[in-house]
Amino acid sequence: MKTEAVRMAFTRTLLELAQKDPTLFAVATDSRGSVTLTDFADALPNQFVECGIAEQDAIGISAGLANGGLRPFVCGPACFYSLRSAEQVKVDVGYSHMNVKIIGVSGGVSYGALGSTHHATQDIALLRATPGLQIFLPSDGPQMEALTRYLAQSDEPAYVRMGRGAVPTVYEGEAPFTPGKANCLRRGVNAAIIACGEMVYPSLQAAEILAGEGTEVSVYDMHTLRPLDEAAIVEAAQTGWVVTVEEHDVHGGLGGAVAEVLAQQKPTRMRILGLPDEKLYTGTSAEVFEHYGLTPQGIAQAVRQGR
Amino acid sequence: MDAQTIQQLANQRRADAITMIHNANTGHTGGAMSSLDILSVLYYDVLRVRPEEPAWPDRDRFLLSKGHSVEGYLAILADRGFIPKEELRTFSQAGSRLIGHPNNSTPGVEVCTGALGHGLPVGVGMALAAKRTKKDYRTFVLMGDGEQAEGSVWEAAMAGANYHLDNLFAIIDRNGLQISGPTENVMALENFRDKWEAFGWDVCELDGNDPGALLHYFHTVPNEGKPHCLIAHTVKGKGLPYAENRKEWHHKVPTAEQCEEGCAALGVKGVDWA
Repeated sequence: MKTEAVRMAFTRTLLELAQKDPTLFAVATDSRGSVTLTDFADALPNQFVECGIAEQDAIGISAGLANGGLRPFVCGPACFYSLRSAEQVKVDVGYSHMNVKIIGVSGGVSYGALGSTHHATQDIALLRATPGLQIFLPSDGPQMEALTRYLAQSDEPAYVRMGRGAVPTVYEGEAPFTPGKANCLRRGVNAAIIACGEMVYPSLQAAEILAGEGTEVSVYDMHTLRPLDEAAIVEAAQTGWVVTVEEHDVHGGLGGAVAEVLAQQKPTRMRILGLPDEKLYTGTSAEVFEHYGLTPQGIAQAVRQGR
Repeated sequence: MDAQTIQQLANQRRADAITMIHNANTGHTGGAMSSLDILSVLYYDVLRVRPEEPAWPDRDRFLLSKGHSVEGYLAILADRGFIPKEELRTFSQAGSRLIGHPNNSTPGVEVCTGALGHGLPVGVGMALAAKRTKKDYRTFVLMGDGEQAEGSVWEAAMAGANYHLDNLFAIIDRNGLQISGPTENVMALENFRDKWEAFGWDVCELDGNDPGALLHYFHTVPNEGKPHCLIAHTVKGKGLPYAENRKEWHHKVPTAEQCEEGCAALGVKGVDWA
């Protein structure tokens, strides 16, 4: 099993692209280490902007850089960019439609036992209700590489959320990636799992477990939350039972997005797997996932319950 | 342009602004009046802009961070030809792009502003972009004095000095009043100059309702590797005898009679677009 941290796939690809394109900038908030941008900062100092620990300032500065014809990627912990600087994201980037890519690393519960101050488990809910931003949750390194290549030439503001640690790769070699188009990784007639980010891999494992029991499950990698692939959601609903899986609060994230589509277009029984509305259990991210059933076994069990 | 002509233009724009506010029955009269001499010096003399080509890459950048003072700004954009003058009639009407805070659907408006404390960080980014791309355009950010309580202003003040942005101007409309009363009673700013100097900025104080003083400043300000802070002492409601230095005029709407009285006091006949 090959593994790679998504943030490293991002910084490797961004550096490669920025060496050829002087308009590509990286902006950090004392976060070059946590994002793995140190190589970028050393290699391309003229294309690197350090803002200090000041996320509001960093988003505003990035909007200003974009106004000057540059293509900034502002990179730091997802929790701070989505919440501390939420108004700058709303006004300076979304409402003003400035070409800023907000790269939230260590999202979800990646920071583990550092606790909820550092978790980003409401970022998708907030930003789904903030017009003007594309939203991506890449599932692995190869997909992040493809996404980075897309972002580097796109003029649309975007928010990307990824985790921290190394994760198993979902895609071998070059990942198929079209923004706004979900990847159907497996087709089955008995149920559908729609997952995003680093929950895609355990969802595939869950489908494998279920296949061994004679239950054939579709698995969708919903890497783009805006624009949302509504057709893929309606297609998934043809199985009659949809389970969504995300590293996010159960309110307002992927599950909420899927429910909005199905309730209006194709009412279908569904279950939203995610992090509950409570002060979260503490531990490493793996321990938190285990506690809340965000594991291959937990996902498989959720699928069985609705059959 | 000479100071006297700018003064006349500023007063004409004051008449535009109070007419817009009266027509819309909403607006921020006090701050629009206090800031109009600054805006006029910038847009009639200092700024290198092309109204016929608002996105000209080498243009100077201006941000109205105190976005609620939008009426005078829009009146100047219209007079400079960024938007049709007749469009001022639509101010704050349903579906208009000319709303109560600057909206970058309007030609000449760089980003949407009005949530206070946003302008200076964006201005730092603009000035830094000029430095990194070796362009000589300058960036001007007009803030309110009440706005100075926003922490993000000071994040940007640190960054401006850190990057030696001598192509960046933070102008503060120091009219001394905010919606609840005197700034010194709401959240004391003084010694205000010391704060900006301590953050590493080149600071100047002058009469922000004196076009001559403003012109002299912008034409003689030295470039010594520091960003510039101009504390422009102004009078809230400037030019309207019934509104000067009265906090209730922060967003009070003038009546038709008060518009007439204001125009008379300003030495202006009225507006040519209403």
